[in-house]
Order: sequence, then C-alpha cells, then structure tokens
Amino acid sequence: MGSSWSQGVTDEPLDPGTATPAPAGPGVWRGQGAVVGAVAVGGGIGATARYGASLLWPTPAAAFPWTTLLVNTVGCALIGLLLVLVDEVWGAHRLLRPFFGTGVLGGFTTFSTYAVDFKRLLDAGRAATGLLYLAGTLLAAMAAVWAGVVATRRALAFGGYGRGPR
Amino acid sequence: MNWLLVVVGGMAGAPLRYLTDRAVQSRHDAMFPWGTFTVNVMGSLVLGLLTGAAAAGAASSQLQLLLGTGLCGALTTYSTFSYETLRLAEDGAWLFAAANVAGSVVAGVGAAFAGAGLAEAIWG
Repeated sequence: MGSSWSQGVTDEPLDPGTATPAPAGPGVWRGQGAVVGAVAVGGGIGATARYGASLLWPTPAAAFPWTTLLVNTVGCALIGLLLVLVDEVWGAHRLLRPFFGTGVLGGFTTFSTYAVDFKRLLDAGRAATGLLYLAGTLLAAMAAVWAGVVATRRALAFGGYGRGPR
Repeated sequence: MNWLLVVVGGMAGAPLRYLTDRAVQSRHDAMFPWGTFTVNVMGSLVLGLLTGAAAAGAASSQLQLLLGTGLCGALTTYSTFSYETLRLAEDGAWLFAAANVAGSVVAGVGAAFAGAGLAEAIWG
C-alpha cells in the first residue's frame, strides 16, 4: 500500500519517522526547493489559523491562556493522526509530511507563546496559575499526541491496514 | 493588513524551523531531537525580547504580529515537540523523553526571561 507513491523518490527514507539524519555535507540541501516551499505555504496557513483562533477567543491580560492551550492540544492530536497515516497508509510522498506536519501543524502550534505566557502570568503575580498552565499544556499535549497515534493505529488495524512490512 | 503580516511571518518562520532542524540534526547522530529544541529556545528568546520591546513602547503592534504571532509562532512548535517525545518514549528511551520535556520547558522559559531582560537592558 502506498509503494507507488514513493517509487520516484529514491533518496527519501522509507520511514521518515525513524530515519537517521542525512549525512552532513552539501548533499543535505540537494533538492530542497519544493520541500521548503511546501513548508512555507503550510506555515503561513497554520500561523493564520492560530491568529484567527486568538481573535475569536481573545485571552484577557493575566487570564489563563485557554486559547493557546487549546490550539497546542488540537495541533498535537492532529499531528499524531497525520503522521501515522503518512507513515503507514499513504506512503512517504515527499511533500505530504513537510506541508501538513512541518508546515501547517508546526505553524499552528507554538512553543514561544507558551513560554512567554508563563512569564506574563508570573509577572502578574499569578505564579500558581502559571505553573498550572505550564504543566497542564504539557499533559494535554502529550495525551493528545498519544491518543491521536493510538486511535489512528487502532482504526487502521480495524480497517485491515496492519503495521506489517510494506 | 494584520492577516498579511501573520501570513508573511508564518511563511518565513516554518521554513526557518525546517532548515534549522535539518542543519542541526545532520551534525550529530544521537536520538535526541536537538533541532526542535534549538528552534523552540531561539523562538522563545526572540518573543521574550519582542514582548519586552513592546512593553517599553519600542515595538509596534504590526511588528508584534509579523515577528511574534507569525515568525516566532511558526518558528517554534508544540506538535513536533510532543510527537518526538512520544517517539522517544515508544522506543524505550524514557530518559531522553523526560530530558526533552524538562530541558525544553526549562530552557524555553529561561530564554523568554532572558529575552525580556535583554529588552529591559536596551529599552528599559
């Protein structure tokens, strides 16, 4: 399943999720134009979606940043779902993972706002809320990515897609 | 106009993350996801600096949308961070998984404070 997708791309790892890093040298950057373009377009879409969420559900000053927590949690659940589908069903089409995973979901979720949000809460004298936010996001994100991966694998196994050799 | 600033920032931040990750990961063969760690700390530092500059009146709201919401938001990632942590745990590398979580959070928050401190030193 999906082998015909990747036949034209001989230098692409069969399973990008577990691939070892490419060797250093000029070869690392060869043929990166389309991939960088896909990541850029995806990143623009993801960042815009996050901005839209922040306008829809604005966070008042020194309030618990529910919107960022929600955005990060949803993005983690989706990357779990997506990367299982890419790795185990769709085959490693070379632009699918860069566009959706690295681009859209990477641009949608954010670590910098998470870190600065914590500092904001601390500055406002709400250290307990800040720590709750720090730990709460971490737990929600890890639970979401795990649930996304497990649920997708189970659905695939139920539908007849094994984890067996391709 | 505001939307455009976010789009442009996001279109620069995501490929910057991808290229940084590739460059960093090609320089070592350890399991640890140093690439994502690097961009998350870098982005937190820049956003801390930018937020400090904005508080001092040295950064406009347009610049915050372009560099903060767009660039730093897309440069950093929670989804890849959580996925890579899960992969480490699934592979039985629990120590690396725990180190990635603790290290990223501590270094990211530290970088945000360092950036804000730098902003205060410059514009305070």
